[in-house]
Amino acid sequence: MTVPTDQPMEVQAAILTFVEARTRTSWDPGADIFATGGLSSLFAMELVVHLEKTFGISIGGADMRLENFRTVDSMVGLVTRLGGNVSA
Amino acid sequence: MKTEPIAVLGAGVMGVGITTLLAGHGLPVRLVDNDPVKLAQAPGRIRRELRMAQLMGVLPPGREEGEVSLHGDLSAVRGARVVIEAITENADLKTAVLADVSALVPPATPLVSNTSSIPIDELADAVRHPADLIGTHFMNPPALIGTTEVIRGVRTGEATLEAVRGLLREVGRRPVVVRDAPGFVTSRLLHPMINDAARVVQEGTASAEDVDALMQGCLGHPTGPLRTADLIGIDNLVDSLWVLLKRTGDEGCRPCDLLLQKVADGHHGRKTGQGFYEYEESTR
Repeated sequence: MTVPTDQPMEVQAAILTFVEARTRTSWDPGADIFATGGLSSLFAMELVVHLEKTFGISIGGADMRLENFRTVDSMVGLVTRLGGNVSA
Repeated sequence: MKTEPIAVLGAGVMGVGITTLLAGHGLPVRLVDNDPVKLAQAPGRIRRELRMAQLMGVLPPGREEGEVSLHGDLSAVRGARVVIEAITENADLKTAVLADVSALVPPATPLVSNTSSIPIDELADAVRHPADLIGTHFMNPPALIGTTEVIRGVRTGEATLEAVRGLLREVGRRPVVVRDAPGFVTSRLLHPMINDAARVVQEGTASAEDVDALMQGCLGHPTGPLRTADLIGIDNLVDSLWVLLKRTGDEGCRPCDLLLQKVADGHHGRKTGQGFYEYEESTR
């Protein structure tokens, strides 16, 4: 079962929950989670795979760049755009 | 650019990683493994590593990926421009495979043994043309680490060294050439340090997370020694520590009980989903 992508607040809550569980840290949705160091390329990849699975989307091509995964908000933007429910 | 394929032997962690690096830079690869299960898993793992490399922006933009073909038989090394051996870190196994390879390729084909600790000159007796044999020690994941340790054995020829330098340049790596010795530079320094980091956890001084946090935050280690152990593979790390202990006599290289316990429990790190940390199935 995938999470619908047409409710940005719910998308944000779902991503925030995952990120906070994996990093054991609470985050502001606009904070750069890679800025402080310690989070690796492996974690970035984990985010990609998690978003694809959770929201039933496929991330590829030009969307595969770290910038899209730096903040919870940038991930929400990516998910809602690829989910096709919100015109960006 | 030459287009003859490069043969990579062993579809384990390093074989897959090296294949990713080469293919990601547009070079064709023949990946060889006698284990059909590993071979069958390889394309998915290469795909995943290519995606990670793309995500981190480390592949040359707009270059078409090199074709990767899978082979169960060593005869696939015939016609390769370079052979990179990346099988299990065991001198006997490496010796046997390199001997077979050297009977299949013409002289002056560079034979690269990817090893973290075995002296290259120990392997050179097994091959027909010791001048063709050279060592590399790629770090995992090779596509994300820009520097590669290159080991020149006493019998390694100048032409072989130049060919390997050229190949590394083609795939955007910076080679650092060192003399042959057990563990060369990186493993001689890193492996006993990881062993000590594990011993610190074993003695209850700190958790794995805290050891890594201190090494990262205070000493600038990029991932922390124990996360690095998980990335190397704790089984492989222990194999290398035994190689180092046997050849240097340095007791600091004797694998500590916690490392041995993790190997016995099958907690080999990222590739098995658990080591000092736990890993999601999807990102192994």
